[in-house]
Amino acid sequence: MKNQILKGMLLASTILVSAGSAFAEDVTLTIESWRNDDLSIWQEKIIPAFEADNPGIKVKFTPSAPAEYNAVLNSKLDAGSAGDLITCRPFDASLSLYDKGHLADLKDLDGMKNFSPVARSGWSTDDASATFCMPMASVIHGFIYNKDAFKEVGVEVPTTEAEFFAALDKIKADGNYIPMAMGTNDQWEAATMGYNNIGPNYWKGEEGRLALIKGDQKLTDEAWVAPYRQLAKWKDYLGDGFEAQTYPDSQNLFTLGRAAIYPAGSWEISGFNKQADFKMGAFYPPVQKAGDECYISDHTDIALGMNAKTKNAEAAKTFLNWVGSSDFASIYANSLPGFFSLSNHDVKMEDALAQDFVSWRGKCKSSIRSTYQILSRGTPNLENETWNASVNAIKGTESPEDAGKRLQDGLASWYKPQQ
Amino acid sequence: MATTAENRPKFRWHIIVFLAPAVLVYTAVMIIPLFGTLQFSLYTTIDNTQHFVGLDNFRTLFGDPRWSDSFWNALGNNAWFFFIHMVVQNPIGILLAALLSHPRLRMSAFYRTTIFIPTILSFVIVGFGWKLILSPIWGIAPSMLDAVGLKSLFAPWLGKEAYALTTLSLISVWQYVGIPMMLIYAALLSIPDEVLEAAECDGITGMSQFWKIKLPLILPSIGIISILTFVANFNAFDLIYSAQGALAGPNYSTDILGTFLYRTFFGFQLQLGDPNMGSTIASAMFFIILAGVSVYLFLIQTRLRRYQF
Repeated sequence: MKNQILKGMLLASTILVSAGSAFAEDVTLTIESWRNDDLSIWQEKIIPAFEADNPGIKVKFTPSAPAEYNAVLNSKLDAGSAGDLITCRPFDASLSLYDKGHLADLKDLDGMKNFSPVARSGWSTDDASATFCMPMASVIHGFIYNKDAFKEVGVEVPTTEAEFFAALDKIKADGNYIPMAMGTNDQWEAATMGYNNIGPNYWKGEEGRLALIKGDQKLTDEAWVAPYRQLAKWKDYLGDGFEAQTYPDSQNLFTLGRAAIYPAGSWEISGFNKQADFKMGAFYPPVQKAGDECYISDHTDIALGMNAKTKNAEAAKTFLNWVGSSDFASIYANSLPGFFSLSNHDVKMEDALAQDFVSWRGKCKSSIRSTYQILSRGTPNLENETWNASVNAIKGTESPEDAGKRLQDGLASWYKPQQ
Repeated sequence: MATTAENRPKFRWHIIVFLAPAVLVYTAVMIIPLFGTLQFSLYTTIDNTQHFVGLDNFRTLFGDPRWSDSFWNALGNNAWFFFIHMVVQNPIGILLAALLSHPRLRMSAFYRTTIFIPTILSFVIVGFGWKLILSPIWGIAPSMLDAVGLKSLFAPWLGKEAYALTTLSLISVWQYVGIPMMLIYAALLSIPDEVLEAAECDGITGMSQFWKIKLPLILPSIGIISILTFVANFNAFDLIYSAQGALAGPNYSTDILGTFLYRTFFGFQLQLGDPNMGSTIASAMFFIILAGVSVYLFLIQTRLRRYQF
């Protein structure tokens, strides 16, 4: 009897509370994220900007540690205690959440219209019939160079491969600078800042990448082997003992002014701005012949999705539409230089180096890293193999043709369209 | 009747009570996971459910050229890792112990402590420290070689396929040489003085005393050290992981069973973890170590002569 009364009172109180909140229209949205570095930017810039435009919706940003994020998020989603908005990793990690019914399909949201199919590819099903996260930012690959060193040695920014190697030769002959700062000890730089940086020029960006996924092209084709051939030429321009040089070693070599060119990703920008006391510029991967169309790796990195079981779906959709707006794009890109908006909005950025990077989108065609979508689902893992093959190509321990053949055999062993 | 009951030895409960904590803890943290791993290696995961597949995973590991190449490469590297320890670490350990136990050596406590200290260092410190020492850019190794005019001998050892594994083995030797040293030192100290005095009366002194009297007496300790080295080396993982990462570069030349297991079980970068194949590798490691230990216990240890004093 007592229990019944208690239950009744609890029920009444919940109705009253929900009625009260409905009356006040004060909805609180919670965002799950791994970007705890960005906590202050969200609290001081992004959320106030949204709340000013949308009275009645409060937003809370609750990040967890990057290494734990996937595990924490999965258990929260399974337990039903996850926030309303979920920050999405690209490709398979988020796709598996969508397949399990944790993320809602956002394809029909208005904000989604501001994104190209390439930008959406990181968070779409394989057939692109559903898109479950609103793209936030990408990172662009290219080369950062020391402007002072270029002036001192007297080289111009290269646009073709011939010019690129001529510049490297000249810097090497001058002898004051290591021509290019990269090591092979940690392996991933060779693939990410090497192979996938210069590669899109050869396989024509999306055209080649999608053909590879469909099975129309093979990793033994000239377009996929040629980047290894260029990497093999890099060897002579890397510093002494590059075989044991680590990623932080390379960063320090460049920011200390001892190297002239750094094969880079745009995420380096804010760190380099703090460390380096010389002027820096950036150039996109040089094309094979003058007049060739250029392609860049504009890799989808971070997005925002909606918990399929959220009680505040309308408010969450309002927020997601705002994430697709030009207001959000400009706040985000300026607070975190190097993380570029994926939208089609014309975003003004103040950081000069970031402007260099983003200006390439107008001149070149964008693509993403070739190994990330679908092709790294099996064993052997194509991404890991590409690290290894790129390192071997640079060191000259495996010929480009052999590397291509090995990767193709590995991919064909589990991937149907390539069999 | 009453007398026979008194004569029969009482059931000794205290044995069970005193053994229980150790048995329970050991079972919970060692035996159950071990059998769990063995069981896991007989299953495969399809659509988030486990299916029994018998020995299929082992067939994949040894039959599929992709898996077996990686496995034999890791096993071969592991054997080389063990070989370096056996021919470098243990003889040096015995030599150091012999020097330390020399009665006229001064400051032996200082040497003993200094040589033993790396053993208690974290492998992260050891891996990172040696990486810096050997770094071609900031390291002190190139400049020290330069100072004695031998700069041409320097190579980025950790980055060259031909040298990386040997370099790492020697770093590991540097770290753990204190353990055989301590064990042999203790064995040498336990040799009674009468035996040595008797030897001296017979005119056996100096080096020949070591070879003819001391070495036979410490052989059982050397046997124990060898088997400890074997087990530790085939379970090794930490130094390689902290110095070269989970891909065990360059070109998998430092990949040992431990790193191969880690990569497979937990996944790496875009590679998702595969607990079933990981368990299969772990089981293979277990059988290799079991075989090695059995060979030692049944073939070698039973033939070692022991001396009672």
